[in-house]
Amino acid sequence: MSAKLWLWVNQVAVDVPAGANVAAAVARAGAHFRRSCGGEPRAPLCGMGVCFECRVEIDGVAHRRACLVPAREGMRVRCDD
Amino acid sequence: MTDAHDALIDVLVVGAGPAGLAAARAAASHGAQVALVDLQARAGGQVWRPDVQRGIAPGLHRALAELERGVPVQWHLATQAFASAPGRLLIEQEQGLHELRYRSLVLATGARELLLPFPGWTLPGASGAGALQALVKQGWPIAGRRVLVAGSGPLLLAAAATLRAHGAQVLAICEQAPAASVRGFAVRLWRWPAKLAQAAALRTRLAGVPYRCGAWVRAAYGERKVSEVEIETARGLERIACDQLAVGYGLVPNLELARQLGCATVPHGRHAAVRVDARQATSVAGVYAAGEACGIGGIDCARIEGAIAGHHAAGFDDAARALYPRRQRARGFAALLPAHFTVRDEVRACATADTLVCRCEDVPLARLQGWADARAAKLATRCGMGSCQGRICGAALAELNAYPVSSDSAAGASLMRPPLFPTRLAELAQAGFSPADASASVASTSIASQGSTS
Repeated sequence: MSAKLWLWVNQVAVDVPAGANVAAAVARAGAHFRRSCGGEPRAPLCGMGVCFECRVEIDGVAHRRACLVPAREGMRVRCDD
Repeated sequence: MTDAHDALIDVLVVGAGPAGLAAARAAASHGAQVALVDLQARAGGQVWRPDVQRGIAPGLHRALAELERGVPVQWHLATQAFASAPGRLLIEQEQGLHELRYRSLVLATGARELLLPFPGWTLPGASGAGALQALVKQGWPIAGRRVLVAGSGPLLLAAAATLRAHGAQVLAICEQAPAASVRGFAVRLWRWPAKLAQAAALRTRLAGVPYRCGAWVRAAYGERKVSEVEIETARGLERIACDQLAVGYGLVPNLELARQLGCATVPHGRHAAVRVDARQATSVAGVYAAGEACGIGGIDCARIEGAIAGHHAAGFDDAARALYPRRQRARGFAALLPAHFTVRDEVRACATADTLVCRCEDVPLARLQGWADARAAKLATRCGMGSCQGRICGAALAELNAYPVSSDSAAGASLMRPPLFPTRLAELAQAGFSPADASASVASTSIASQGSTS
């Protein structure tokens, strides 16, 4: 089994395998990613940094694409309520 | 402008997939100073994306080893190409904006999935097919989940195989093309033995998974996420319960950077590709393009065109010319794809009046109808003005033939204003950025169906 690392998604601790991205952590936490301007919950569509549906706040920086950012130990991720 | 203390780069390559890595290697083999820029945190592009379980693909391993044997290349990973003008590329990294200056540029920007709207496609749990493959390779939880893979093209098989290797229960692969068309593709594969072997290997890995031709997704249903999918086949409608839906209709070239530089394009189905000559040179001096950006052709095309572009960009024309015959063969395979996996009209008709087409601004199809052109629709509805800058809805609307294609976008004369991607105002201010700085060549506004900035 590969190494794991822990991070926080909406203040819940989740673990992901080393090499995972933030999108995987949000999915493992069971959270949705963002709400659209019409209020709908959204999750990744393109998986490669094009669609911006997976954007979340990471370590205090808003609108980062969860699919592009490698998960790091202790990272704090916040999704739309 | 930003600091430009770095030395002039001989060959700057944008995109570290098979085409970009081949270009970098070819150029570096002549002793050129080469830099590689890629949006992803690791090299490999989409096809060689590293997998948390299975590690680095053998092809990527070899490509990186070959690169290491030559003159060291400068890497800029997790880097967004942000704006460009001839000779200069503005990049955005976690640390901020930074300028690279180059003699020659190779655009190896690859492709993205063609994603078409249908009722329920905005539900969490619905994604592209290649998209879910990419997510799973980076740790997306899929083991034990019921997944329906649908859409069109050989990519569906590769995606399904990855999902299965990670423990997904792949319920079926629904290929919208008719069975006769898929068979026609398969029998022509004998001319490319490697492709044939690959197809056979995929079939083995997917043993027991139904491959249903002439079947496509009509709608997805669920409360807060996908729980059921409606598919249409020759035998009528059918409902399938699932946890995840992966639908992709093939690939479309990524052209934003080429368009910003003013590179001419050619029609590519209902979309466009960068126009290149035999040297892989674009219409802009010193700018080359290779791989999917020049038209969807797969990994063999990408590698050979990348190498040709890299040799020419470094000024070694003989080495490049020796590779021309191999390119011709690889492009022959590319021609098979559109011929056998054309999207059927029923798929284009799936979106209903209230289906959201622009997911960034939540604009339904009904609001997009009745406008003279894409520009009028955009100004009235904000379609294409959100974060993705029209990357998703632009391709979808082109496929749906929503608007007459203007001579401007058909000729590829449309330009894309900077920035190529959204960024924080603080970064722009810090860099002293102004649009005129980054792209002096941009003379007109750019409202193509492929989108632009707001």
